[in-house]
Amino acid sequence: MSDAPDGREVLARVVREHAGRLAASLVSLLGDFSAAEDLVQDAVETALRRWPVEGVPDRPDAWLFTVARRRGLDVLRRESNYRAKLARLTWPVPAERDDRLRLIFTCCHPALSRPAQIALTLRVVCGLSAAQIAAAFVVPESTVAQRITRAKRKIGEAGIPYRVPPEEELPGRLGEVLAVVYLLFNEGYLSTTAERAQAPDLVEEAEWLAALLVNLMPKEPEAAGLLALIRLHRARGAARFDGRGRLVLLADQDRSLWDRDAIAAATALLTRTARAHRRPGPYQLQAAIVACHAEAASFAETDWAQILVLYDMLLHVAPSPVTRLHRAVALRHVRGPEAALAELDDLGSALERYPLFHATRAELLRDLGRDDEARRADERALRLTANPAQQELLERRLGWD
Amino acid sequence: MKYVLMFVETEQFAQKLEAMGELERQDAYEAVGRWFAEHADKITHHTHLAPVHTATTMRLDQGEPVVTDGPFVEGKEVVSGFAEIEVADLDEALRVARSWPACPIVEIRPVA
Repeated sequence: MSDAPDGREVLARVVREHAGRLAASLVSLLGDFSAAEDLVQDAVETALRRWPVEGVPDRPDAWLFTVARRRGLDVLRRESNYRAKLARLTWPVPAERDDRLRLIFTCCHPALSRPAQIALTLRVVCGLSAAQIAAAFVVPESTVAQRITRAKRKIGEAGIPYRVPPEEELPGRLGEVLAVVYLLFNEGYLSTTAERAQAPDLVEEAEWLAALLVNLMPKEPEAAGLLALIRLHRARGAARFDGRGRLVLLADQDRSLWDRDAIAAATALLTRTARAHRRPGPYQLQAAIVACHAEAASFAETDWAQILVLYDMLLHVAPSPVTRLHRAVALRHVRGPEAALAELDDLGSALERYPLFHATRAELLRDLGRDDEARRADERALRLTANPAQQELLERRLGWD
Repeated sequence: MKYVLMFVETEQFAQKLEAMGELERQDAYEAVGRWFAEHADKITHHTHLAPVHTATTMRLDQGEPVVTDGPFVEGKEVVSGFAEIEVADLDEALRVARSWPACPIVEIRPVA
């Protein structure tokens, strides 16, 4: 392997760290989200062109600032008040902690559609280009560019404010931000598109964003819960696919490949958070469930009773048919396949189009020796999933019968 | 910034209102009155429309104007009134809309 991918990774990290900061302070300064974002994007594109040739400068943040400022003075001729503000600006710009938070809350404003929130967050907070976002989601670049343009226009024209919401609105608005990060993670972890099984770049962006939120909002336990959840999943990443890129189920994973240090660190973060706040929420509870799995020395030693309790708590704070499906899997190990299958009967109408519902049903039916029904359920799951690794696993299973 | 809140009625809401007793309906109207009083400093103008069966639509894009009975889209959701408000930004407009006590849908649009 050449050095090139590593170099690109370093570059991506530097851009991610500094583009968002610069965007945050420029939006604050100009009070115009769209104009500020254009300047940063220009600077980032220049950096991505020149740094691979000239090397990453000693102070990448100062470099990006200088390029964005010069560009601003050049292009904002008609907006003389912006130019005046930019002209007065000197390095280092005051990078307020709240500036970055404001940026995130604006990108994830509920008046924007979810795809727009996601594209805007990746672009503005993480500094990704439209082309990179398009590649990550396997959609045309023009679609992403249009989504971002529309979202920026809506921010300006509909008067979406650039501010951290007040205390009484914070829970709902933070929920919106966390949902965006969680979706990014999910899409990266197990892609819903046919082109590839996972998109590790998105997982990395999601982890970075979650860590940023934990830093910026230390009083919000759910941000820490989400970070722990992402890290616990990532710690087991090496065992999820075999040498040929095939998906390996939890029961069959080689646990010696799990990163025990990372699991211990994420579990410690979760415990610390739970003790300090005593406010369990959906992300902390999901992370606790994953921690139970991650701490078990073998599949047989999994503490299913504890997991079942956690699922009950999770369903209490966040009822969802998908969570009930996962709970049924835990129930299978505590009370047997019959009890689990009975639970699934209730979920059929809600999860009719959800491939994992049918795959789980197939497993339970097979446990009960009802092989014909199991086969039909697996076939149904296969028709519903677009993920190539899931398809391959189901095909393998159908081949065994 | 100026925004218009468009109040949208659903069929279900209309039926609920229909089924109300006299006292209950009076309560509902009073809640609306209180909402207008509470936000009087922000409301610059408001209008309540007559029921949708009184609507007439004219289409001007087909040569001669075409006049038809009914609203411009036939649907279960119809605009029943407007309030124009003057607030700082969308978040404040959303806050005003959140406490609206009557019909179940409000569309919020900035005034150009």
